[in-house]
Amino acid sequence: MRFTKSVAILAGATVTALALTSCAGASNDAIDPEADITEQSLTVSIWADYYPETLAEDFEKATGVPVTIVNHATNEEVVAKLTASADPGIDVAFVSGQYAQALNEAGLLQELDKSLIPNEANLYPEALELAYDEGNAYSEPYAWGTTGLCYRPDLTGFAPTSWNDLLNPVPALEGKTTMLSTERWMALPALKMLGESVNSDDPAVLEKVKEQMLKTKDTLLAFDDTTFYSKLVSGEAAMVEAWDGWCNYAIAEDPTVQFVLPEEGSDLWVDTMTVLKSSKNKEAAMAFVNYILEADVQSYVASSILYAVPNKAAVESLDPALVEQFPNLAIDPATLLEQETVVDVGQFGTEYTRLATEIMAAG
Amino acid sequence: MTAPPTAAPDTRPPVPSVARPHAVRRRPRGRLAALPFLGPGSLYIALLVFVPVLLITAYSFFERGRFGGVVFTFTLENFARLFDPLYLGVVANSLGIAAVVTALALLIGYPTALMITRLSPKWRTIALIAVLLPFWTNFLIRTYAWILLLNNAGWINQALQALGITQEPISMLYTPQAVVVGLLYMYLPLMILPLYSSLSSQDAQLGEAATNLGASPFRVFRTITVPLSIPGILTGCVFVFVPAMSNFVIPELIGGGKTVLIGNLIRDQFLKARDWPFGAALALVLTISLLLLLLLQARLSKRLTDGKREKAGAAKGVVTDA
Amino acid sequence: MRRSRFIRIPFWLTFVFLYLPIVVVVILSFNDSSNLFVWRGFTLDWYGELFRDQAILEGLVNTLIVATGSTAIATVLGTLLAVGIQRYTKGGLVRAFALTPALLPDLLLGIGILSVFSLLGFSLGLYSVLLSHAAFSIAFVTAIVLARLAHLDPSLEEASRDLGAGPVRTFARVTLPQLAPGIVAGALLSFTLSIDEFVIAFFTAAPTTPTLPIVIYSMVRFGVTPEINALATVLLFVSVIAVLGAQRLTKVTEAL
Repeated sequence: MRFTKSVAILAGATVTALALTSCAGASNDAIDPEADITEQSLTVSIWADYYPETLAEDFEKATGVPVTIVNHATNEEVVAKLTASADPGIDVAFVSGQYAQALNEAGLLQELDKSLIPNEANLYPEALELAYDEGNAYSEPYAWGTTGLCYRPDLTGFAPTSWNDLLNPVPALEGKTTMLSTERWMALPALKMLGESVNSDDPAVLEKVKEQMLKTKDTLLAFDDTTFYSKLVSGEAAMVEAWDGWCNYAIAEDPTVQFVLPEEGSDLWVDTMTVLKSSKNKEAAMAFVNYILEADVQSYVASSILYAVPNKAAVESLDPALVEQFPNLAIDPATLLEQETVVDVGQFGTEYTRLATEIMAAG
Repeated sequence: MTAPPTAAPDTRPPVPSVARPHAVRRRPRGRLAALPFLGPGSLYIALLVFVPVLLITAYSFFERGRFGGVVFTFTLENFARLFDPLYLGVVANSLGIAAVVTALALLIGYPTALMITRLSPKWRTIALIAVLLPFWTNFLIRTYAWILLLNNAGWINQALQALGITQEPISMLYTPQAVVVGLLYMYLPLMILPLYSSLSSQDAQLGEAATNLGASPFRVFRTITVPLSIPGILTGCVFVFVPAMSNFVIPELIGGGKTVLIGNLIRDQFLKARDWPFGAALALVLTISLLLLLLLQARLSKRLTDGKREKAGAAKGVVTDA
Repeated sequence: MRRSRFIRIPFWLTFVFLYLPIVVVVILSFNDSSNLFVWRGFTLDWYGELFRDQAILEGLVNTLIVATGSTAIATVLGTLLAVGIQRYTKGGLVRAFALTPALLPDLLLGIGILSVFSLLGFSLGLYSVLLSHAAFSIAFVTAIVLARLAHLDPSLEEASRDLGAGPVRTFARVTLPQLAPGIVAGALLSFTLSIDEFVIAFFTAAPTTPTLPIVIYSMVRFGVTPEINALATVLLFVSVIAVLGAQRLTKVTEAL
């Protein structure tokens, strides 16, 4: 017993000591516009296959800065890692807009020095006023899009136009639909159908969403964030809730697949580039962001990953044949901005998670 | 193993075997003797497991910051939230599914482990390796392969329809049953290995002696093999039950997100809701319950084996004297 | 009863169950199409792509280093712990302490270790994953060896000591050989767990030194590609060779 007690005391003392130690501070050096970035090196974290294969080499050739690209699978994981670690070894992190907002509130992001990012001028004016980060103080948009219905007309027999077609499907489609499992996007269709905001923080509204979703759940094949498009291609599913860029992957394999933005409206999501305050290569990091915002680079990005980019110069230089095949690549920013930009809902975020849990755990 | 020399005249110091059932174990000969054994491992675990875990579970007494992170105001709210019927329901569901998985693993794993012990030494190693080999590929790859096999447009359904056995695809995936199968697949070796370890230590002579005395094979199994393997059974059950409750990948991929287990709940709090305090509270409660389970298993194991060992020892004495 | 059907049928069923998806994976790695549902012909292209993929190869090497190192640590410490618990403790407390790491949700452990390393100012690397994996593997080795110890005949040890052998010699010549199958089983399990472990590795690895599960996890965004199936097949093949080779070299089978 004495043995275990001494171990316990040792552990307790260590924890107390650690808790009292101040967290290792972020690297607080000011940005030096004159810094020689070729002496720096970069680690960039981004989703797999979400960038042109030659990006690292191209960047090094253009600027002389070696860059290592590492992958993460979801926003949540990389945010958890960045939050738990004082020096995660990442200089540039690609995260969706509302997560950039959260990271910034946590004091983890470096404010961008616009003198190092002149290519920002290439962006659509609308892309400079996005609700999660007005004026792009700590993030620059990389790709954007909306959420809608991706479907196979030959399997559905009709062209869906409303979120209702998914939420209360005709009997023939029962067991052949999927919805996204991430809580904000799970709630989106019902919120829009009810005429509410995608950033709603009203518990009464969420209650109504829950009622609808409990009905919908019985008709779903599955909640799926990653392989829903291959379910379409294989015929397991006829209609899925999907991000427009993902729908392009289905279209690439089966040209009959269509994407539609439902009439009730949808969201505007943005994947952004951020520079971490803990980075020791801030100037090179901003040079990287600047590089992406170049017209031909971001155009190359769009044609490689088949997502729409918020870069006016880039979109104008896209190959027309590509745009014909994947119309959403040249989507009019005005249309996109009619949709609601997704922002972080602060404390209320836990309610969305709880909602998702309730729906997924139900009978 | 040849017969131990207990058959020889007893020259050991007398030990009152009635007063102390643990007669076969020695009292510690001073702390010093224990140190090289218990010391290194305990220190390692204390530093690399207990300290980190205590740190995180300490968070359960504080609040979530507005955008995530931890705000150091003391609160017991997180523990109160645990009693929400939603979460209790998830716990109950997880317990149920984990129990089913464990029972199935035992049913399948026990005969398999038994068979392995009866193979020749060379084949024994090969069989053990064969059990583990699939797990040296990657679990995600194997999971996706299952999805490929079981989904509505998958290989099994295609085969069944091609053979004319069914007209419509059988829905095998995205159900709680599929989750059970997926978890069973993942954790079966964790049942087989401890069982094997325990079964292989049994003295074959006992079984042979009983058979010579007229016991049927089933009786030998029931009265000797199984009882002596109880430590292995209990260990295997804990090894399967625990991770079956904390797994979050299988319910997501194979359950289609329609089954929520404790593992998903905890993951969602830490990663999606960024509510570390609540996630920590959940994890703390989960761990403590499992710990109690473990203590129970230890007590049970000791009580059952010491009793059996006495009997086995006595039986052996009879056998070798005869 | 030795080979009765009640034992044989489940035995073979187990292996069919375990290997069904493996067969799928191997077949698909030769499929001349990235569509998983249609067979288009035999090809070795994916293997070619695999060997040119730096990320995967690095991940593989890292994983092997971590698995071997953590298994070594876990086996030694775990065996010592098991023997110590069996011999020198009465209640279940130390035992529960030693086995707790196996009970903890891996997410908790991963974030916890990362936080501690971060607070102490240690930067991450392969070593942090290695140490973390050893931490939970110890529990498994301890449990398996204990299950075997519970059964061993202590009179052998007593006899050895009565005959004059010191405690170290008794331990080395009598106890260890008796424990060998349990130790081997524990080591095998520890190695297996480490190779496939994702969650803890994700949080404790440096971004530039990922293990294979981390690399694969971020690659399967769209489902598994044939290249990944080729990887799994290669892993299988290499494991078989490695194990058969190791068997030739050691006399483990005698101990079993």
